[in-house]
Amino acid sequence: MDGAEIISIIKKRLPDFNAISVVQDYPDEICIKVKPEVFKETCLTLHKMLLSPVMMLFALDERKTREVFAVNAVFINLKPGQWIMVSMDILPEDCSFDSLAKNIHSAALFERQIAEMFGILPQGNPDLRRLNLHDEVWPQGAFPLRKDFSKMAPGNLNEYKFERVEGTGIFEVPVGPVHAGIIGPGHFRFSLAGEPIVNLEIRLGFTHRGVEKLFEGKSCFDVQGLVECICGDSVFAYSLAFAQAVEKISQAAVPSQAAYLRGIFLELERMYNHANDIGGIALDVGFSFPAAYAALIKEAVLQLNAKLTSSRYLKKVNTAGGVLVDLDENKKQMLLDSIGKIRKDCAALSTMLNSSVSFMDRVDTTGVLIQKTARDLGVVGLAGRACGIAVDLRKCFPGIYGEVKFRMITQEAGDVLSRLKMRFYEFEESCRLIEEFTAKLASNREIKVNPGKKAASSLGYAEGWRGPVLCYLKTDQNGLIERCKFVDASSNNWLGLKYAVLGNIIPDFPVCNKSFDLSYPGNDL
Amino acid sequence: MIYILKNRILKGVLSRHIDSGLSQEVEFSGQELKALIRKKFGRSLHIRQVDTGSCGGCQSEIISANNPIYDLQRFGINFVASPRHADALLVTGPVSKNMLLALKKTYAAMPEPKFIITCGECALDGGVFKESYYIQGPVNDILPVALHIPGCPPEPLSILKSLLSFLKQ
Repeated sequence: MDGAEIISIIKKRLPDFNAISVVQDYPDEICIKVKPEVFKETCLTLHKMLLSPVMMLFALDERKTREVFAVNAVFINLKPGQWIMVSMDILPEDCSFDSLAKNIHSAALFERQIAEMFGILPQGNPDLRRLNLHDEVWPQGAFPLRKDFSKMAPGNLNEYKFERVEGTGIFEVPVGPVHAGIIGPGHFRFSLAGEPIVNLEIRLGFTHRGVEKLFEGKSCFDVQGLVECICGDSVFAYSLAFAQAVEKISQAAVPSQAAYLRGIFLELERMYNHANDIGGIALDVGFSFPAAYAALIKEAVLQLNAKLTSSRYLKKVNTAGGVLVDLDENKKQMLLDSIGKIRKDCAALSTMLNSSVSFMDRVDTTGVLIQKTARDLGVVGLAGRACGIAVDLRKCFPGIYGEVKFRMITQEAGDVLSRLKMRFYEFEESCRLIEEFTAKLASNREIKVNPGKKAASSLGYAEGWRGPVLCYLKTDQNGLIERCKFVDASSNNWLGLKYAVLGNIIPDFPVCNKSFDLSYPGNDL
Repeated sequence: MIYILKNRILKGVLSRHIDSGLSQEVEFSGQELKALIRKKFGRSLHIRQVDTGSCGGCQSEIISANNPIYDLQRFGINFVASPRHADALLVTGPVSKNMLLALKKTYAAMPEPKFIITCGECALDGGVFKESYYIQGPVNDILPVALHIPGCPPEPLSILKSLLSFLKQ
């Protein structure tokens, strides 16, 4: 679909719709610029038309160059794979816009981020509590992502107000931010009536490190280390999304050898994390033998990563323009041998879990997230596919995945068991993909080009193991970053977890949580 | 269950993926560590881990250090659920302002004698995040640090070896 088609479809629903401009800089990205008055209507129309949640919603401070703030909303068109971005300008003296959250729930968290980071008020959003800048340590009035921000403003500190469930017999169980296991920090507040959970409020932001601000003013080619430290278990997906954004801006064509190598590494990352989660699910119901077995599989993949790239977590592998690591014949053979063995181990693990009745009893129908709720919340990625939302960026934007006939996996039930099955099937599919990609590798081909510098903006994306990792990048003519915004699949999926545990009991919470296995640092940035 | 037992009898101890060089090294350093821990701590060293804003890489490696290949527990190192049970606090990540209070409270909840270990570049000096508006600063400026385990993230074997060389002092 090109820009004109999109506009004509919008016009069918909104007869007097007029865009200021429609730009299609890249084949997979259409940017529609509209007046603030019609921004909400346009977003609603696209949301209904494309059946897409708000994939990204973020602001930019352009007061220096154009004397306005810009707000962009990104939707996904599944067929053909395309990103549709709606953009509006907000005058600094208004500093507010009409909230989307009452009509599109998936916009709610993004709006709260805009409010706390830029001080732009989404009018009508029923919940404007801050997410990452905690009231206990950061006074109101300092907005870090504004360009003129220098340091924390002095002021009064407050306390966060939790949602309260009131009534006879209701009690609260607060957990965190420091948990019993070796895991990231987050605060969970359960409200219970008897045993079932009536409400769960998840408070995050404890790993907020100000990542988005750190990007500003740096060169696209100097931030690799930072990109790879955003989320330690999705290193490659993040570096891929970022590299892709840079390549789109500089119109660098990635060599096909590099594309296959990227496919291999992305799938290796998926494999070790899926093995980790399968083990985690087994461990959280107290089934320790398969958990140890899964830990061995994870270790085997990590050691394989180290042998191929000399980094267990695939750091310093990706770069804008290609990859830095090539696989010679020996390494290829080792990769195929190891994958064969790992595949067998995973099949054994699957039999182990599936043949245990008491294990199945714990995971079947536990932590159900129904499709309607998931759609409303904008749940994406693996958790979304487990309840029947068939969206996978590897399917929508096929590229090399189209060449090897990638099979997207979905489940319907949306419980812990479906998410577990998803992981087993995706693990199996990843093994197949790696074998296919390896067969396509040729020796002594170019694996890297040098991208140029340019002032532009673009959207990079990768289907990480949790789901889509999106990266919006805007640069100036020296290749310096003006704005870099990452969105992890975790951000809206945390809400999915909140609804999945309702009606379950607290002892089942760990297994529900592990079945989603969402990221703290990827969400908090 | 039958499947697991059958698997166990047929395959024996799973050893295929373990690099024999690696396993010897782990075993060698581990036994030395075990002897030291036996002498200095009366059999076991209990560690409580706190994440103050890391990317999760260090945690992943600490978990790996407890997998059946490295299995720190057999050398007397236990990762415990509560600071009340801990001899040492293992901190990962730069200290985000949001985690400052939690870090101090966790340390205060530990019984004496106690010491702090930091793990990974971020915990040492903030790493790539050191210029950020939301980073409180290195752990060492907030609480006394006895040992730093370098790496981004440190590999399980280097976690083991750092602990060993520290306890030798």
